Amino acid sequence: MTIETTAPADLGVTWHEVCSLKSLSRERGAAALVEGTQVALFRTFDDHVHAVQQLDPFSGANVMSRGIVGTRGSVPTVASPMYKQVFDLRTGACLDPVGKEPRSLTTYPVHVVDGVVSVGLPGGQGAR
Amino acid sequence: MVDNPTPRQLVVVGGGMVARRLVDALRARDTAGQWAVTLLCEEPRAPYDRVALTSYFTGRDPEDLALGGQELWDDPLVTLRRGVAATAVDRRSKTVATSDGRVLPYDSLVLATGSYAAVPPVPGKDLRGAFVYRTIDDVADLRTYVEQLRTELGRPLRGAVVGGGLLGLEAAGALTALDVSTTVVEFAPRLMPLQVDDGGGEALRRLIEALGVSVRTGTATSKVTGRLGRVAGMEFADGDRLEADVVVFAVGVRPRDELAREAGLEVGERGGVVVDESCATSDPSVWAVGEVACIGGRCLGLVAPGYTMAEVVVDRLLGGGGTFPGADLSTKLKLLGVDVASFGDAFASEPGSLEVVISDPVAGVYKKLVVSDDARTLRGGILVGDASAYAALRPMVGRELGGDPAAHLLPEGAAAAPAGDLPEDATVCSCNNVTAGAIRCSVTDGGCTDIAGVKACTRAGTSCGSCLPLVKRLVTTELEKSGVEVSNALCEHFDLSRAQLFDVVRVQGLTTFSEIIDRHGRGRGCDICKPVIGSILASLGTGHILEGERASLQDTNDHVMANLQKDGSYSVVPRIPGGEVTPEGLISIGEVAKDFGLYTKITGGQRIDLFGARIEQLPRIWRRLVDAGFESGHAYGKSLRTVKSCVGSTWCRYGVQDSVGLAIALELRYRGLRSPHKIKLGVSGCARECAEARGKDVGVIATDHGWNVYVGGNGGFTPRHAQLLAEDLDTETLVRTIDRFLMYYVRTADRLQRTAAWVEDHEGGLDAIRAVVLEDSLGIGADLDDAMAGHVDGYEDEWAAALDDPETLRRFGSFVNAPDQPDDTLVYVSERGQPRPATDSERTGGAVLIAGTTLEVRR
Repeated sequence: MTIETTAPADLGVTWHEVCSLKSLSRERGAAALVEGTQVALFRTFDDHVHAVQQLDPFSGANVMSRGIVGTRGSVPTVASPMYKQVFDLRTGACLDPVGKEPRSLTTYPVHVVDGVVSVGLPGGQGAR
Repeated sequence: MVDNPTPRQLVVVGGGMVARRLVDALRARDTAGQWAVTLLCEEPRAPYDRVALTSYFTGRDPEDLALGGQELWDDPLVTLRRGVAATAVDRRSKTVATSDGRVLPYDSLVLATGSYAAVPPVPGKDLRGAFVYRTIDDVADLRTYVEQLRTELGRPLRGAVVGGGLLGLEAAGALTALDVSTTVVEFAPRLMPLQVDDGGGEALRRLIEALGVSVRTGTATSKVTGRLGRVAGMEFADGDRLEADVVVFAVGVRPRDELAREAGLEVGERGGVVVDESCATSDPSVWAVGEVACIGGRCLGLVAPGYTMAEVVVDRLLGGGGTFPGADLSTKLKLLGVDVASFGDAFASEPGSLEVVISDPVAGVYKKLVVSDDARTLRGGILVGDASAYAALRPMVGRELGGDPAAHLLPEGAAAAPAGDLPEDATVCSCNNVTAGAIRCSVTDGGCTDIAGVKACTRAGTSCGSCLPLVKRLVTTELEKSGVEVSNALCEHFDLSRAQLFDVVRVQGLTTFSEIIDRHGRGRGCDICKPVIGSILASLGTGHILEGERASLQDTNDHVMANLQKDGSYSVVPRIPGGEVTPEGLISIGEVAKDFGLYTKITGGQRIDLFGARIEQLPRIWRRLVDAGFESGHAYGKSLRTVKSCVGSTWCRYGVQDSVGLAIALELRYRGLRSPHKIKLGVSGCARECAEARGKDVGVIATDHGWNVYVGGNGGFTPRHAQLLAEDLDTETLVRTIDRFLMYYVRTADRLQRTAAWVEDHEGGLDAIRAVVLEDSLGIGADLDDAMAGHVDGYEDEWAAALDDPETLRRFGSFVNAPDQPDDTLVYVSERGQPRPATDSERTGGAVLIAGTTLEVRR
C-alpha cells in the first residue's frame, strides 16, 4: 500500500478519486477528467504521483500527459510533447522555456491511498 | 555600416570566382561604405564555382554551383549586372561602355575577365559536336548534345578529349559520367605534363585506363573529320584515326585581354594584362586580377592565386599596401575518381634537390617528395592515386619535415603527425588563404567551438574542402589544449555520444533503459536521451516500441505511433510502398477518412496523410486500415519513411529499369528500420530522374547497365544533393550496398544527424564510407549484412501488433477515467470542403465550428 500526499495542506481542496495506481504506467503520463477539468497525471520511477494541468501553456493544446518524463538533477520533470519546454512536476515551474517567455503549469495535490489515486481540486473543505 | 553619401565607383568587369571574391572581400572590409561596386557579368548568372563544373554532369543543377551567400547581391552598395558585357574602356573619361548601351563612370576599374578556352586551329574544329570546356553553358550544351545524339543514334557514343591536362581529364570525367566511352589525346609524352613527372604520369595513365578511358600520349591531332556537318572522328599526325561522335577541346586557356589591348594597356608577350605586385596595370586606376592578369611575367590559371590578387586589390582600394606574395601553384584534384596532387617544387628544379619516390603499380600509387640536399626540408611533391597526405604535407613546404621523408609517404595517414604542431603561418586552406594560426585564433580568441563555427569565421575549407580533415584536427587539438573538453555527451544523463551508446548497448546486449542508465548514466533520463535509447533499442530489434518500459522512451509521435498536430490531434499515414496503390486501397483509405471526418492530403512521399484523428480514435482507425491490408507508414518515426519512385520501364517510354518494382522491394526491406533521423529513398527509372532521387538519403538511378546509387541527399532547411557512391551495380550488389550504408549510418551517426551531415563529418568523408561499404575496409561488412538480415526477418507491423495487445491499446484512452470521452476543446471549421483546426479568433468570434471531426462536415 502506498500513501502519499503531494500537498501538505488539504484544506481548501475537494478530493476526487480518479483511477487505480496500477492503471498508471511508470514514467508515462495519463490524462484524467476531474469534474470537467483536464489533468495530466504522472507516476515517476519511484512511484510518486504528480498532477499538473493537461493544457500545454505554450501551444494551447491539451497534451501535457503525452510528454516524456525524466529528471533534471533530482527534480522530476516532464517535457511538453509539442515544443519541448521542460517543467518541474512538483511545482509546475518552467525549467526550460526553449527561448520563449516562461509560463508555469498549475499543479494539483495528489493522494494515493490503498492503491487509489485521488486528485484535489480547489474549493470545498477537504472532504473526500 | 556607416552611410557614405558619395561613395566612389568601382566597376568590376567579369563575373567569375575571383570577381566574386573581390566584391565579397570589399564589402567585408569597407565598413565605411567608401566604394559602390558594379559587377558586369557576361554570363547570364551570378558568379559560380567553375572548379566544380564537372559535378554538373553527375546531375547537379547550375544553382548548386552558386558561390557563397546570395545575400551579397542584395547589398545596396553592390550592383550585379547579369548578361551584360563591357565593350570598351575609355581611360581618359574613366568610363566603361556596356553591351546594353550604357556608359558607366568609374573611379577604379578592375579587369577580372578571366580566360577563354583555346581551340587549336585544326580543320573541323567548328563541326557540330566539337566543344570546349569552360562555362556552365559549355557543359550544358555538351550534355544536351550527347543525350540527344544517343537517343537519335540508338547506340552508345564515343568521345575524344584533346588535351590530357587538368581540364582535359576533367572533361574526360564528364564524358565518362555521360556514359560516353572516351579517349584522351595528349600531345606531351605524359598526362598532366604541367603537374606531374613521367612516373606520376604513368601511374595516372594506368589508373585512368583501368576506369575504361583510353589514353594516347605523344599524339598530335591533325584534323577533326565530319559527316553531315557533325563530328565523326579524328585524324592524327602519325596517320592514325579514331572514331568519335563528340570532341572536347581542352588544350588550355588564353587570357581575355582584348578590352585592355583596345584601351592601350600593356599586355604580356603571351597575352594577359601586365600588372605589378599590387595588381595595378600600367594605368594606376585600372587593376587586373585572376587569370587575365599577367603577374611576374605569366598568367596563373588557378583560383587560389586569383583570390589572393582580389584581396590585394581590395587592400589597395582601401588605402592599404598589400602585395602579391607569389603564387602557390599546388593542386589537389580528384579526376575520374583518381587523386592527383602536386605541390611546391614538384619537378625538383631547385639545384641540389633530392627526390624520394614510392611507386607501387599494383596498388596504383605513385608518390614523390622533393627535399633539400640534407633530406630535411620539404620542397614539393607529387601524389598520384592516394593524395591523403596532401593536406598535411603542403603546408610543410619550405619547412623541416622531421624524421625520414619516406615515412610521410606511407599509406593510411602516416603523415598525419605534423597537424598538431603546424607553424602559425603555414597555409592550411590555400583556396581562401587561411593559416594554421588563423584557425587556432578563431578557437582561442574567436570563441569557435566546432568545425562549422571555424568555417564560418575563417572561411577555411569552404571552397574545395580538401583541407577539412586538417582543419578538424587543428580545431580539436586547440579546443583540448585550451581546456575545453570536446564533449560528445548526449545530455546530463549520459557522457557517451549516440554512436558510443549504440556500441555499448549492442556489445553488452542491454535491452532496457533502466539497465542502460544504471550502468552508463545517471538520473532517470530526459526528452533527449530517452528517444535516443528508444531508437537504439528499436534498431537492435528488442521488441515492440510500446512494450513495457520502452513505451516511456518514445518521443511525441512514436508515443502513439501517429503525428501530433498543433491542436493535439494526430495524423495517420498508412504505408504505400513505392507510391503504388490499388483502386481498392484508395477507396478503403477514402472510406476511413470519410467515416472519421479526417482532412486528407497527398504527401511529398507519394502517400496519403489523414489529419484530425483524436488519440482515442487511433486504434479504431488502424483496425480498419490493417483489415484493408495496410500497415504502419512510420511517418511518425525516425526511421525509413518512403521510397519514392517514378513509373519506370513498365509504362514509361523512356524508362530503362523497373523503378517501381525496385522501390517497393527496398521499401519493404527497410520499413520499420529505426535510425538517428528519418531516412528517405528514391528510385528513378532513367537519367531524367523524375523521382528526385538525388534529394534523398539514398537515391537510385537506373542506367543502361544497372543502377547508380547516390547518398547523402535531403530537402528541408539545408537542401543537399546526394553524391555518387557507386555506379552500374546489379540489383543484388545494389541492395547489399544500401544495406551496409544504412546500417553503418544507423550505428555511427549522431542523434538527429541526417546522412548528409554524417557523410560530411565522417573521417575521410564519402571516400572512407565508400571503402567501408564497397571494399569492407573495416572488416564489418558481414556484421552489417547480418544486422540488416536480422532487421528484415524481425520486422512486424507495429500497428497490427499494437492492436493485438490490450495493455498497449489501453494507453490510447483519451482519459484514464473516461477512455472514450473526446477532448471537447478540439474544434474545427470547414475549408474547401474539409475540416481544419479553428483559429483563436474563430473560437471566440463564433465562426461555424465543428466539435470534433467525426461530426459531419458542412459543405
